[in-house]
Amino acid sequence: MEGAFILEKLILVVIVFTISLVIAMYSTLAERKIAGFMQDRYGPDRAGFGGILQPLCDGGKFFFKEEIIPAGAHKPLFILGPTLAIITACISSAVIPWGQTLSIGEREVVLQVADINVGVLYIFGVVALGVYGIMLGGWASNNKFSLMGAVRAASQSISYEIPMGLSIIALLMVSGTLSMGEIVAQQSGFVNWNIWVQPLGFLIFMICAFAECNRVPFDLPECETELIGGYHTEYSSMKLGLYMFSEYINMFVSSALMAALYFGGYNFPFMYELGLSQNWITIIGVLVFFLKIFGFIFFFMWVRWTLPRFRYDQLMGLGWKILIPLAIANIVLTAVVIVVKDTYF
Amino acid sequence: MNFWERMYLPAIAKGLGITIRHFFKKIPTVKYPEEQRPYSKNFRGLHSLKRDEEGRERCTACGLCALSCPAEAITMVAAERTKEEENLYREEKYAAVYEINMLRCIFCGLCEEACPKEAIYLDGPHVTADYLRKDFIYGKDKLVEPVFDITKLNPEKTN
Repeated sequence: MEGAFILEKLILVVIVFTISLVIAMYSTLAERKIAGFMQDRYGPDRAGFGGILQPLCDGGKFFFKEEIIPAGAHKPLFILGPTLAIITACISSAVIPWGQTLSIGEREVVLQVADINVGVLYIFGVVALGVYGIMLGGWASNNKFSLMGAVRAASQSISYEIPMGLSIIALLMVSGTLSMGEIVAQQSGFVNWNIWVQPLGFLIFMICAFAECNRVPFDLPECETELIGGYHTEYSSMKLGLYMFSEYINMFVSSALMAALYFGGYNFPFMYELGLSQNWITIIGVLVFFLKIFGFIFFFMWVRWTLPRFRYDQLMGLGWKILIPLAIANIVLTAVVIVVKDTYF
Repeated sequence: MNFWERMYLPAIAKGLGITIRHFFKKIPTVKYPEEQRPYSKNFRGLHSLKRDEEGRERCTACGLCALSCPAEAITMVAAERTKEEENLYREEKYAAVYEINMLRCIFCGLCEEACPKEAIYLDGPHVTADYLRKDFIYGKDKLVEPVFDITKLNPEKTN
């Protein structure tokens, strides 16, 4: 492997890492601002212009807080919990195609860290790993509320991974590939977006994404009113910060995933008709992709400040009795449509 | 509930509609230190003991304000004016001590209505917070308005 290739990927990794961390950072501010505006108030606006420095202040505060590890806690696992949560949150962005190729001089730079041919499976693997951070942290705290939150997180994410996987299967039947790069590349223009052929699949996927990110209305693992803080009850200082951060990075990544899988990723209407050069198409495509991601992040927050939390049995009922049958029906329907299309048209 | 209602999605969409409407609503918050809401014209704040046009205290220590006070917040000790004090007090009798307990005062304005000499008005700002109860008993040092010196205010025009 040549050195330039490694350098190129390294730069890309650093950029993707930085972007996802910065976006996660500013998601905290955006969340509070959006909450404020939806409740007819301003939200934080004291630190910097319009509160723009608020995330830095929060971060600084987290670093200077006293760090407490409870006496009865399992120390290595207690530390491993948030570490694992943030690592799994960060690495899932590796297979997301951020844009098309960018030609710099002689080189063709693909704006995707790794276009592996099982990208979708990789994401599922990483997402499934993500719950380990929460589980370990909750169990190692030696606190019944934490354990409760951890147990809830585990069963919730297992339950919702099934309909999520099933809704993706229907999408894979349509696109015929597991590679993220190819799935996005297939949706060029506007009419080829997968949302037009898989609206039900998208709905199921989105609901499951809410559940996988532990966002309201499925935030039962942390659930302030019942479980104090759920799995992070005993956490303080930057360890708590890392849990929060991983939640926001997860939100960013699943927004990116939804935008890439169903809303055409970097593709935008009339991208080839306007007569732009390839580099310009790529750059605009990246911006469009981020616009879509921000749209989804806004939607995540919008839903959070609208809906109340589910009861736990309702959550399980929704997952097992409604979403899974619906996802299976979606697969069958998709299969029938594909067969009919292939045989008669 | 029929099938449409049990799907919940229409209800969720309706809820989202309500929150997004609030998102674009005008926010009634007043950003306090930078912008302040104007007081009403008849706002009653801290009392001030007035002076007449020659800078003499108007109060004659008749005690009507103390009598009218429903909260019994006002106490005073009267004294007789001497010859040298004629430039200080307008009437022959004046209040040597005049105290209002700001923790008792209800800012009703009855003292200002009772005063026959137009000596007391509730035209000041808010009464500020303090640490000790004794500091809320405002004496003449805090209540009497400062001597109005027109020469200091506008030095060029006073010749």
